[in-house]
Amino acid sequence: MKILKYWQAINLALREEMERDSAVVVFGEDVGLPGGPFGATRGLLDTFGAGRVRDTPISEAAITGMALGSAMSGLRPVVEIMFMDFITLAMDQLVNQAAKTAYMSNGAYQAPMVVRTLAGMHLKSGPQHSQAFESWIASVPGLKIVWPSTPADARGLLKAAIRDHDPVVVVESASLYTSRGEVETEEDGVVPLGVAAVRRTGDAATLVSWGGAMPRALAAADILAEQNIAVAVIDLRTLSPLDHATVRESVASTGRLVVLQDAPAPCSVGSELIAYAAQHSFADLTVPPLLICPPFAPIPSTPSLQPSYYPTADDVAARIKDLVVAPGARGTEG
Amino acid sequence: MSDSPAPPDESPAQSRALELYDTMTRIRQFEITAERLQATGRIETSLHLSIGQEAVAAGVCYPMRTTDLITSTHRGHGHCLAKGGQLAPMMGELFAKAGGYCGGKSGSMHIADPRSGILGANAIVGGGIPIALGAALAIQQQQRDDVAAVFFGEGAAAEGVLHESLNLASLWRLPILFVCENNGFAEMTPVSVHLAATNVADFAAAHKVPATTIDGNDVLEVLAAAEAAIDRARAGEGPSLLECRTYRWRGHYQGDPEVYRTKAEVEEWTKRDPLLALRSRYPQLSTHFDELDTKAGVDIELAVQEASSWADPLPTAVLENVYAQPLGAK
Repeated sequence: MKILKYWQAINLALREEMERDSAVVVFGEDVGLPGGPFGATRGLLDTFGAGRVRDTPISEAAITGMALGSAMSGLRPVVEIMFMDFITLAMDQLVNQAAKTAYMSNGAYQAPMVVRTLAGMHLKSGPQHSQAFESWIASVPGLKIVWPSTPADARGLLKAAIRDHDPVVVVESASLYTSRGEVETEEDGVVPLGVAAVRRTGDAATLVSWGGAMPRALAAADILAEQNIAVAVIDLRTLSPLDHATVRESVASTGRLVVLQDAPAPCSVGSELIAYAAQHSFADLTVPPLLICPPFAPIPSTPSLQPSYYPTADDVAARIKDLVVAPGARGTEG
Repeated sequence: MSDSPAPPDESPAQSRALELYDTMTRIRQFEITAERLQATGRIETSLHLSIGQEAVAAGVCYPMRTTDLITSTHRGHGHCLAKGGQLAPMMGELFAKAGGYCGGKSGSMHIADPRSGILGANAIVGGGIPIALGAALAIQQQQRDDVAAVFFGEGAAAEGVLHESLNLASLWRLPILFVCENNGFAEMTPVSVHLAATNVADFAAAHKVPATTIDGNDVLEVLAAAEAAIDRARAGEGPSLLECRTYRWRGHYQGDPEVYRTKAEVEEWTKRDPLLALRSRYPQLSTHFDELDTKAGVDIELAVQEASSWADPLPTAVLENVYAQPLGAK
């Protein structure tokens, strides 16, 4: 067992998979010689050579389509879209092409490709370098999307994504890149897609989150634990296919569902969780489900406005406490 | 018509001419048959026919192997047939039958066949361009001497992804042919309105990709240019662009009122019929060409009958193959 940083775990997973399977190739902007903008691909060029690790021009559409075409032709590409904001430039190849490759060919072709991309809360970089579009990807049949919140899951989910036969978007949290965690490096450590992790058990409420918001979810649970309110915390890990069953099982025992996300509400993954609970957990819910998220606005770059945008652990703890202690009553501070 | 024996000492050039003609007449008659079947309601999906453009498909695909890979366009029946697509599963896909190439679920614009190296026709203008780039990358990475080819119209020359892909192909010396069928119209808009450049081939020069503009209705000229480009790619010398000037006889889609061109213009181009052009180069093979026309007609009719007898997809087909690896599967 080692303590690794999130970015080191990503690097390790890439290295291990490239050793395991010669078909795995890595390309994207700055991934080769510079080792990636934040170190995730550091050293891969030296180890595996310029055939398998390639720096590309700034051509998101072409490199995503190239990942697809090479995946259909025997490679296992891992293409990097530097910031998830830029995935907009790759959407035709992701949505119209990769997502539908198996369907349109009736199974004759597969698209085993991975798109790695950075999202959420990057050092106050502002409206075009901070967005999280997991709901866009999760709403497309044929795509899969995961978002690890720990180094062990960063390694394990990336391995699973590379081995998967479908296009998988692997979102990495900018804010978690230097966070540390235990990684069982002597084991394969693959984390299956579609399985949420129960990070805390508790009977007062079910708090669901993922990605960069997870530390604040756990911190909120800690704050409430000191007040003898035990909140179950679920880390979704995979956003599509979504592990509704784990959430439903927890809500059946707590009766209260709270979702924390760093994306705004309309048409989001959190909205999907709430809708699902309304349909399938209606009899179990003792209070209305609660979605805690940023306001419906672009993300300001202003450092002092960050707490007005992203829900803090204190916000989350206070709102859950309101739910548990006095349902329907207004809290004094949100 | 009686079977005439092949002339003794049929030259390689003559054999080749017969094979090229065979491909073109199959494409021609397949398209005409599909047109007829759609008019009578037996084909319900939209069709984008390539009548008049047969020489490009036939000439480019003739030197290609089964292991070479192509992507095609929404107007792709010709490319698919020339690359080795079989008549019955193609017709079956147009009929939306379960035995069609795509299980009847994708239709005319998405025909794909791994056994023939057809990665897929594509309904998104320019969508197949970077996919072919990826196929070329795989070929290069696997150290094969196969090639990838992408067909696209001059309408796609306005898409940014073409320029991204020319740049990348040039930088990495990828084994890919960019084949532009310049038929004068992007959907309903003439070239003069949608392209500032005179030739699509001009774009390639900026990216240091060798390019040539040729008569796309002269199948032998297409073949010569394709062979040169393919040989270059196989030798590791990188990409090429072939701009083939041609013309589509039918509208953008079946049902297009074609208000954007005159009947006189269409008639003028039908005189430059690629099939007639090849016939005129080998008048001594006239009887053989006729036989090929007849055989193609027979084969296509058989394919229509066979595909007509196939079942429709079951309702459960809606949810099949959404994923190659559904949750829980290994």
